[in-house]
Amino acid sequence: MSLPELNADSIVIGAVVEDWRAAVREAGAALTRSGSTLPAYAEEMVRMIDEHGPYVVIAPGLALAHARPGPEVIKTGLAIVTLDTPVNFGHPHNDPVSVVLGLAVASAEEHLASVADLANVFNDDRAIPALANAKTVEEVQRIMGVPS
Amino acid sequence: MKIIAICGAGIGSSAILKVNAERVLSRLGIEADVMAADIASVQTAAADAQVILTSAEFVEAIGKTFADVVVINNYFDANELMIKLEESLG
Repeated sequence: MSLPELNADSIVIGAVVEDWRAAVREAGAALTRSGSTLPAYAEEMVRMIDEHGPYVVIAPGLALAHARPGPEVIKTGLAIVTLDTPVNFGHPHNDPVSVVLGLAVASAEEHLASVADLANVFNDDRAIPALANAKTVEEVQRIMGVPS
Repeated sequence: MKIIAICGAGIGSSAILKVNAERVLSRLGIEADVMAADIASVQTAAADAQVILTSAEFVEAIGKTFADVVVINNYFDANELMIKLEESLG
């Protein structure tokens, strides 16, 4: 059980974005840079939120952007984008968002182990503010408990 | 007992909810099957479920159900999950 690899391609620190769509697209671009998805996956993630609302904001300050497994996913991957200035997704409790995770899974069955590891990281309520304030890729990797 | 966690795709947020609900239930000593599902399959997935865990956005879409619909705000807050699950099951 472990999180997908997180490297300099899949981590963006202090992104300057205008709104939640741009924030989600940053996460999509990072997934594409790291070889996890085709560029079209970013719009799939945006479409999920357009369709179902801001439910991806699953904790104060944190959005878990994701779409379904599909032809846009090359391999399971995770991206982390921290925002220079937090943006609102329109969530009743958890806005504004300062950390966006982008998740792509190749098949619905294989990802539960990764998700359990995500839960381990974020069940510590210090993790989101620590990520939001992280200044380097190494710091993000340390908080996420992945090798640098 | 069966508990369903619902989200848009059935893979991201509902899976987080499933993992954390299982942890809380085992702490409470309650035996239950927790399954993640997407909103499109809620009617079949939740047909024999006691509880549906989800976020506020899906309450309307879930529609008529015999299950108790429990809205979770912070998916990583074990205390919130524990209080709301105890209330729903107790």
